[in-house]
Amino acid sequence: MKPENYSERKVDVNGWEVHLTTYQLGEKFHCTADNVSPGANLARVAADSREAAESKALERATELLSRTKRREL
Amino acid sequence: MADYSNPEMLVTTEWVAQHANDPKVRVVEVDVDTKAYEEGHPPGAIAWAWNSQLCDTVIRDILPKRQFEELMDQSGIGKDTTVILYGDNNNWFAAWALWQMKIYGHKDARIMNGGRKKWISEGRELSTENKAPSPTSAYKASEADLSLRAFLPQVQSAAKDGRTVMIDVRSPAEFSGEILAPPGLPETCQRGGHIPGAHSVPWGKACNDDGTFKSYDELRQLYGAEGISSGTPVIAYCRIGERSSHTWFVLKYLLGIGNVQNYDGSWTEWGNLVGAPVERGAVAAAKA
Repeated sequence: MKPENYSERKVDVNGWEVHLTTYQLGEKFHCTADNVSPGANLARVAADSREAAESKALERATELLSRTKRREL
Repeated sequence: MADYSNPEMLVTTEWVAQHANDPKVRVVEVDVDTKAYEEGHPPGAIAWAWNSQLCDTVIRDILPKRQFEELMDQSGIGKDTTVILYGDNNNWFAAWALWQMKIYGHKDARIMNGGRKKWISEGRELSTENKAPSPTSAYKASEADLSLRAFLPQVQSAAKDGRTVMIDVRSPAEFSGEILAPPGLPETCQRGGHIPGAHSVPWGKACNDDGTFKSYDELRQLYGAEGISSGTPVIAYCRIGERSSHTWFVLKYLLGIGNVQNYDGSWTEWGNLVGAPVERGAVAAAKA
């Protein structure tokens, strides 16, 4: 199989920039969410549509990012 | 890629596609997200899990020599095999694997430029077949070349000697101490900040948007601005040593810096060390 309909975009999640990568493989859409700086993977999901895959990935990323505390310097 | 000091250390996605059935070549995926391989991978590629197959799972250390030899045997890799490493996150753990292969003296290990991201974005074939390679036997690794690796005492000395350039490749917010781990990941240190005197050059500065490495001239300018030239001793660190192995690869092989070490103890060691000096802030100095 070859991946199709590849796309990347950046979204803001509560002040954190998140990078979404989505592509179709067969009948499934795969989406990964990672934080832009430094680029660590936050979520990897598959769903029947692009919208569903990105929504699930963002939901998981939001949950994880809510645990990160910013400290006063 | 021709301008790099060691252009042979990189191959293109096209090269990998053309060598899918080459018995002298073994393609290995090493991801941060160890589930990525199962989703689909270049035909013929095998996978190594960084957190179970590329480290000692009892004490904190790289893979012991005997286990490294066993991994090579299980992977069908002989001393003369060309090993192509690639992975997600612009080849973070692929560089980590290559660093260990070089420590144990494997001659021909290379990186697929652009990694998993570029392969997928180009719409190349993905296989879900997970066929174990025919094992080889009696791989003999060299004694560990520890000139490629920095341990805590060396880093402590280097922080004082004023000659070694210490490169912190984490994000600016980690460097400053605003956050203790990459956003969304568990905090794994007691203190935030950086090793006194370290220069902030986030690893991603070495990459283009498509995941490939920047040109020789761009890299030379990037690291030259931090006072790094061919004879400069350099120690790179991050949080656990994988992002810094990426920068180690860039400095050593793409720019040809002779004396570069990866401090894999990194911030999870320094930031937990009782009494270790820590510098905080300096956000303005950190390159966003």
